[in-house]
Amino acid sequence: MKILIIEDEPQMMDNMRQTLEREHYQVETASDFKTASEKLGVYDYDCILLDITLPDGNGLELLEQIKSQGNGDGVIIVSAKDSLDDRLKGLNLGADDYLPKPFHNAELNARVKAVLRRLHFDGHNQIDIGNITIHPENREVNIENELLELNRKEYDILMYLITNKNRLVTKSALAEHVWGDHIDQTDSFDFIYSQIKNLRKKLNKSTITIEAVYGVGYKLNVD
Amino acid sequence: MKLLNHTTKYLSLLLLPLITLWAIAFYYAMLDEIYDSLDDGLENQKILLQRRISHSPSIINNTDFNGHAYTFRPISKSVFENFKESYRDTLMYMYNEDDYEPVRIFESTLKHEQNFYKLKIITSMVEEDDLISDMVKYLIILYVLLVISILILNNILLKKIWKPFYYSIAQLKNFKIEKENKIKTKPSSIDEFILLNKTITKLIKKSSDSYTEQKHFIENASHELQTPLAISINKLELFIENNSLNEDQIKALASVLDNLNRLTRLNRSLLLLSKIENKQFLAEEVVHFSQLTSQILEDFEDLITHKSISVNFDTSSDLEITMNKDLAIVLLTNFIKNAIVHGNSHSVIHIQTKSKLWSITNIGQPNALDQTEIFARFKKVGSNKKSTGLGLAINKAIATKYNLELTYSYNDAHILSIHFP
Repeated sequence: MKILIIEDEPQMMDNMRQTLEREHYQVETASDFKTASEKLGVYDYDCILLDITLPDGNGLELLEQIKSQGNGDGVIIVSAKDSLDDRLKGLNLGADDYLPKPFHNAELNARVKAVLRRLHFDGHNQIDIGNITIHPENREVNIENELLELNRKEYDILMYLITNKNRLVTKSALAEHVWGDHIDQTDSFDFIYSQIKNLRKKLNKSTITIEAVYGVGYKLNVD
Repeated sequence: MKLLNHTTKYLSLLLLPLITLWAIAFYYAMLDEIYDSLDDGLENQKILLQRRISHSPSIINNTDFNGHAYTFRPISKSVFENFKESYRDTLMYMYNEDDYEPVRIFESTLKHEQNFYKLKIITSMVEEDDLISDMVKYLIILYVLLVISILILNNILLKKIWKPFYYSIAQLKNFKIEKENKIKTKPSSIDEFILLNKTITKLIKKSSDSYTEQKHFIENASHELQTPLAISINKLELFIENNSLNEDQIKALASVLDNLNRLTRLNRSLLLLSKIENKQFLAEEVVHFSQLTSQILEDFEDLITHKSISVNFDTSSDLEITMNKDLAIVLLTNFIKNAIVHGNSHSVIHIQTKSKLWSITNIGQPNALDQTEIFARFKKVGSNKKSTGLGLAINKAIATKYNLELTYSYNDAHILSIHFP
């Protein structure tokens, strides 16, 4: 899978590159409008991470270029300018997602995977991990062909941890992803624990385990 | 007291002694003139009498005023030579008035056929008491007329002249910097008003500009903070993943991450607040508050269960309002989150919708909060370290935008309400 990161802030780009390379994607970068436009003209990418505020041009024009080439690349707009206008404009121009800065690495990873899954399997895909099979289009989880009953939040937690498997997912990244932005000001993330406990119980026949990392977060391991 | 009537007041106070002094001076000048002309008349009479004596000498026997306005009395030569002509006032009985009235008397001498006579000629004169009372009467009328005309003049003419001034101060009275209404001044040909209008316009523009600048400063600063925050958070997350660290190290880094996340939230809240104030939420739709409340309560289900709080949602009537839906979500979320976070474990939260009222009641710290400060920025309640102190300030900004009224009251429980217009 080939991913292009268009981002003018070098440190930001480096972080994103490292995060995605850990998932074994082939990552290329462009730090200005001109380079990005050239690369987009020559190569095909599966997913493009696009910062819309570039020093020498508007990222939304690059989006138009991508869409006019009609390669069906997935585009995620990454922006520090979390304005409704840009979000709507971006999504109307055919962007697949909009990720406001700052974000957690785990969130970036999850968004990229979701876009890739949607585009490359037309929604009819399945995820196999250990002895678990997941059909994301109808939110179905099976352990060795036996259907596992999960509530909405348990499913979201499991998917997020699977997307970031073998990586530490902090509690705040998990809470933000599953419970939304609004949950964040609560005095502790203890309430996550009861959902994790239930999930672990339901997964006891599977070959995956959810490991708590020093009370900081969780990591999903495949035996 | 209005400026116009103020000048009238002083003007009428000043007029009173002025007119009195004028009346006195006028009275004596008048009197002097009258005497002067009377005396001239009397002297003329004497000359006429002297001529008449030659035709009809019998008049010389007229010794009292019963028949004529003159008397003759023979005198000796020595008296004649030493006599000095004089005019004086005296009283005389007037039949028509049935009273003694003042008359002017002229005493002189004349010589007729070697005889010397003392001549007295009288003429009726001004009745001073009548003159004074007439004058006072007319002066009072003059004074009243003057004051009335000043009042009328002030109210018509001055009002017209001062119109630009009153127009400007009426605008200033209604001016609110956050409403962005412009001040319009009326053109005037008077230098002072031109200066006033210019100064008002300049000052208003200056304060509006700095107000806008300040608003945008917060927004821009928040934007600029996003990228360094993102870099720091992502770098730390990568560092934790890329290095094998022991528990203490991971916990220390996690605490740094936590604080960075807090900073992110604070920054987002500030950004939201300035966006609301900068009117960047334009799309509006009909929002159903009851339905929205149920949705948000579902989002907080886990937190509510975790704190063993029970929620009593009494929705007797649906509340509808046309507003930006994202802001409606923020508004209700902040109130509900507030009630849960500050609510005691095992307590009950009541949410109620009535016609034109949405209210939430929770049992928390056992004393009332300061009503005036509760919706201010960075007013933190309790010891919640993760609270940004901006939630209710954001709600206040949203409420102001849509003319909703937010109130707080305490009745063994904290009650926060949204009143619809």
